[in-house]
Amino acid sequence: MASSGPIISVERMSKHYRVHQRSAGLLSALGSLVSRRHDIKRAVEEISFAISPGERVGFLGPNGAGKTTTLKVLAGLLHPTSGSVQVAGFVPQRREARFLQQITLVMGQKQQLLWDLPPADTFQLNRAVYDVPQAVFNDTLAELDRLLGLSAISRIPTRQLSLGERMKCELAAALLHRPRVLFLDEPTIGLDVSMQVTLREFVRRYNERFGATVLLTSHYMDDVAALCPRVIVIDRGTLRYDGDLPGLVRSIRPHKRVTLRLGGTPCDQGRAEDQLRRVGELLSWDGTQAVLQIGKDQLREGVAHLLGVLPVLDLTVEDPPLEEVMRDLFERSAP
Amino acid sequence: MEIRRNLRAYPTLLRIGIAEAVAYRAELIVWMLTTTLPLVSMVLWRAVAAEGPIGPERFSAGDFTAYFLLALLVRLLTSSWVLWEMNREIRTGIMSQRLLRPVHPLVAYSAENLAATPLRALLVLPVSLLLLYLYGRSEITKDPLLVGAFVLSLPGAWALTFLSMVLCGCLAFYIESSLGIFHLWYTTYVLCSGYLVPLSLLPGPVRALAEVLPFRYMLDFPVRLLLGLPGLQGSAAHAAVLSHLVVEYAYVAGLLIAVALLWRAGLRRYAAFGA
Repeated sequence: MASSGPIISVERMSKHYRVHQRSAGLLSALGSLVSRRHDIKRAVEEISFAISPGERVGFLGPNGAGKTTTLKVLAGLLHPTSGSVQVAGFVPQRREARFLQQITLVMGQKQQLLWDLPPADTFQLNRAVYDVPQAVFNDTLAELDRLLGLSAISRIPTRQLSLGERMKCELAAALLHRPRVLFLDEPTIGLDVSMQVTLREFVRRYNERFGATVLLTSHYMDDVAALCPRVIVIDRGTLRYDGDLPGLVRSIRPHKRVTLRLGGTPCDQGRAEDQLRRVGELLSWDGTQAVLQIGKDQLREGVAHLLGVLPVLDLTVEDPPLEEVMRDLFERSAP
Repeated sequence: MEIRRNLRAYPTLLRIGIAEAVAYRAELIVWMLTTTLPLVSMVLWRAVAAEGPIGPERFSAGDFTAYFLLALLVRLLTSSWVLWEMNREIRTGIMSQRLLRPVHPLVAYSAENLAATPLRALLVLPVSLLLLYLYGRSEITKDPLLVGAFVLSLPGAWALTFLSMVLCGCLAFYIESSLGIFHLWYTTYVLCSGYLVPLSLLPGPVRALAEVLPFRYMLDFPVRLLLGLPGLQGSAAHAAVLSHLVVEYAYVAGLLIAVALLWRAGLRRYAAFGA
């Protein structure tokens, strides 16, 4: 496939499920023997996007937005109800071996490691099923070992590994065949901050080293902010935003967050609070530290004013936290 | 999927399967110890035949001993648990991990099931062969053609058991659990395969049904080959062997086609819930 075109292309793709519904209780259970009620759940509704080779894209949305369904369609696990999907030049749901050879799907809540055998056995299994030449396998494993520190843990049965150790081995098993497209669904879920940073850094290096395309879903906005120059936001099955992260923040929260630490005496506090409220929305104030939300157009003038009238010891200007931006976005779209 | 890729991966799939069988050895031994139905049948039918040979094939107490020991041997060497795996993996979404690999999931299942055979044989063969030697050796055929046919019939018996379970397992794509269907399958198997009683002792209509269904090739046929095909002699026996082997493998081919169709249609319905 030519590298100039998109490696992932989704055109008006929808995925609907037929779900069985019944209330709790014995009567309802017995009733469902006679007559079952089914609803159509519209998990994804006519979404379109394209991703170029080598891009790192964050796929964001609240629970049930359709992110994982979309990833499963892209990985060939689900047949779309309508629309067309192409990944690396293949139609995913046909699940051709040459297609599966080029992708990987890592699900933070599910594992591919053999539970009662050491990860080294899963690595050998994947070498065989992905038909990886022994020399390439050895090189890749050595590199993954260097980046993730696998040698100490790959010979211990999977069930005896910690969550972090297991996720390292999951990633290694998923990447031994050097896929060109990585679908990562909550890869850092449940991990401590330091392990999140390790895995994040590893994904970035893999992307840079092999030019692989990464589509990542995560509820940890730090993952997305650190890894993904581009984000696609999906909510209740429809596409809400496709662009860069600063653009998303600007469109949802056209404010800056200014944190000030003030000197002075307690009797100055009333006057200081008046000045702060004149400039922007006062989010918090404890007498010495204030957090203000100021419109971007008023930022320069407002900060200059505060520096002039208040005894400012320290001042920082930041975008609002991504979590708040996402919350705003999804609240706006709520019915 | 590419056949060559699957074949190249198969030895590793078997090696990993053996490692898993060894890891689950205690469970395997307990499961094997619970396969006692042929031994119960043996005791009952030996008591029935104590007064003298019974049935159209004149089964004696010694014949019943040899029959049910061989039935136990064939059952343990050709059994499969793929239905439980498929039912669980389709319902919980674990099947997704298999579908992501470029080796057909049914090829991987077959390797996992076959891989347990050496360990099972190691556990069951010495005891079965010793019991057969002590109590049933005079009933075992010495005709090399029938012994050869027995060896040929075993892979077919395994394939029929495995594929019919896969067929039931595929129903988990359509209904919430395919285990109920399995119980129906198992009841028919017990009755029509010769597992409970030699087919020649079944009442007429049931026997007629059992003779046209594939279940007999999963157990009764291999067992009767080693017993020298009771009721048949010389060239008639040899001709019957050939035609039965052809029918056995025709059933394998037919089941393979049915599995391929049901699997392909089922995948379109796969929802990958929970994974």
